[in-house]
Amino acid sequence: MEKRVVFKHKFLPYLLVAPQIAITIVFFIWPASQAVYQSVLQEDPFGLSATFVGLANFVDIFTDEIYLHSIYVTAVFSLSVAVIAMSVSLLLAAMADRVIKGATAYKTLIIWPYAVAPAVAGVLWYFLFNPTVGIIALYMKVLGYEWNHSLNGGQAMSLVVIAAAWREISYNFLFFLAGLQAIPKPFIEAAAIDGASPLKRFWTITFPLLSPTAFFLIVMNIVYAFFDTFGVIHVITDGGPSNATNIMVYKVYHDGFLGLDLGGSAAQSVVLMIIVISLTVIQFRYIERKVNY
Amino acid sequence: MKKYRFLLVVALFILGVSVTSAQALTEINWWHAHGGRLGEKVSAIAGDFNKLQNKYRVVATYKGNYADTMTAGIAAFRSKNPPHILQVFEVGTATMMAAKGAIKPVYEVMGESGLPFDPNAYLPTVTSYYTTPEGKMLSMPFNSSTPILYFNKEAFKKAGLDPNKPPRTWPEVADYARKLVKVGYTGFSTAWISWIHLENFSAWHNVPFGTKANGFGGLDTEFVFNSPLHVKHIQQLADWQKEKIFIYGGRRNLGNAKFSSGEVAMYTESSAGYAGFKKTCKFDFGTSMLPYWPDAPGAPQNTIIGGASLWVMTGHTPDEYRGVATFFTYLSSPAVQADWHQFTGYLPITTDAYYLTKGQGVYEKKPGMETALKQMTLHKPTENSKGLRFGNFVQERSIIYGELEAIFAGKKTAQQGLDAAVKAGNKLLRKFEKANK
Repeated sequence: MEKRVVFKHKFLPYLLVAPQIAITIVFFIWPASQAVYQSVLQEDPFGLSATFVGLANFVDIFTDEIYLHSIYVTAVFSLSVAVIAMSVSLLLAAMADRVIKGATAYKTLIIWPYAVAPAVAGVLWYFLFNPTVGIIALYMKVLGYEWNHSLNGGQAMSLVVIAAAWREISYNFLFFLAGLQAIPKPFIEAAAIDGASPLKRFWTITFPLLSPTAFFLIVMNIVYAFFDTFGVIHVITDGGPSNATNIMVYKVYHDGFLGLDLGGSAAQSVVLMIIVISLTVIQFRYIERKVNY
Repeated sequence: MKKYRFLLVVALFILGVSVTSAQALTEINWWHAHGGRLGEKVSAIAGDFNKLQNKYRVVATYKGNYADTMTAGIAAFRSKNPPHILQVFEVGTATMMAAKGAIKPVYEVMGESGLPFDPNAYLPTVTSYYTTPEGKMLSMPFNSSTPILYFNKEAFKKAGLDPNKPPRTWPEVADYARKLVKVGYTGFSTAWISWIHLENFSAWHNVPFGTKANGFGGLDTEFVFNSPLHVKHIQQLADWQKEKIFIYGGRRNLGNAKFSSGEVAMYTESSAGYAGFKKTCKFDFGTSMLPYWPDAPGAPQNTIIGGASLWVMTGHTPDEYRGVATFFTYLSSPAVQADWHQFTGYLPITTDAYYLTKGQGVYEKKPGMETALKQMTLHKPTENSKGLRFGNFVQERSIIYGELEAIFAGKKTAQQGLDAAVKAGNKLLRKFEKANK
């Protein structure tokens, strides 16, 4: 006999999901549709007059050198953040995995930075590297290296990448460590008995088994670098110097909230929306299959 | 009994409501952008006004920085619940002016109220930024400042320079800076580089920053700050940066620490920075008027202001507007203005307040405070020195910042950078023109 639980209520399920649906509509669907709507309008900030301009705002942004530059900057920034945050955290996780004494203390310390808000992290690094009062900037001056991220685009980019990656290392560390501990020990022991060096064991066994985690983290880190790093940029560079760190999400804020160019800003956020949707699709299509829950 | 008690409570409640509504003051909401000590001062002004009369109550609310406050005001207007008074920074002026259905011009508010209002009582260089070409006041100036030169007197002494003889021209600044570099200082730097070295530079040298009287004459204005004089000045700064007698200090006034820490010995910054430097500088410093190029025929003219003004928003009752007018009258009174001026270092907005402060002997004790006023009122403002009125100016300023940074990093010449800024800026001006037709 088959046992099956059947809920007879017709409305209860809908009622139960209603709060979640309502939240999704109010905080996601509604703003997103507003962005799409505004992106085809040219509007004064007060909403007194709005003209339908079709795709003119999109044409504008894609013929705007600053915007195209911003796409490039975003790509460089997110890839650097992802690569640095992931490689450092993988190294730390591999080391922490082998530590026996005081492991909890190490782990806690490494996870700590994740509790720091991006803007606060930004302020922290800003003060360390401030050309006038920063201690690191001062040491570099002593060593004969001129640090001035308010003028040098490369330095500014490195600084925001470090500040953004620093925080994300903790997050990645957690996942890598969990991934490492999930790898069955017999595999590694067997390889060790066969005479494989620790490095060899890492590359041939650990690394492939970690790949689903790594893939998941790539997507998460890129999403983080795209959207959550606003505070870091805002505090440290304002997108400067000369747009060297003007990432797309910062430009949306800048054009919309400071420049009051609602149409252009909305068009940019639609572009960002498309990017995040495609990232999510990639994540679900490729990772869902490989990750076992 | 219980029933009666309930009824009694209800009756008392109704009575209470009707009593309060009979006594209710008309509330005037004022959204401003002053945090910290300035914010307390703003609340004190509103509080004093509320104590002085019993018809209106001004509620001053801090809404974040200038951009936040403006955005909050706009969002409130869009959701049909705007404040009565909104503080907007000077670069937002064109945006507010163009929003005809959202703002109620100050001259109208004052005229309808029947209260005495004399536009000539106000300092022309301050109000001209916020008046129509016909001289009608659109917004009430509140906090205005203008850039001046600060110099480290101790550094001057060390370099063998006379601390009572600050440099008057740019070539003199360079000479002084070279001498200062020899005794370990980094010459000079600046805050607000677009505002000081392009916008005020134009007014000070009596050359246009944009066509159509710097945008006062119409939305079809175009930028012209790539003239030979502008290019010469910016190229000179870039060359001086290479020579290491000038250093770019970053956007906004991020470079202030360079002056207060004693790294640079001369610094151009807003007159409103005076109080801050008084607090943070551990050395004696002096102020003087902005340097100019002696070979420029129009210089020195007068400088223009920065800061913010108060805009009245539409959508309120005549009684509330009367309250706004009453408050503005109070705000413009010499005593309130003189106190605000002396407390903050912002310029007074009326001539009476200026003379009141002068009479109190304040300028003898703090000579730096008068530098800005003298410089602003040096000559009668011309078309080039009344102020600026460009739409999308916030974005244009950040374009200018970007190009200047490219120039100072040596990636572009001054000519290339300014040409690019003018070109990109004009594109934004056309966009604004199109959106506000």
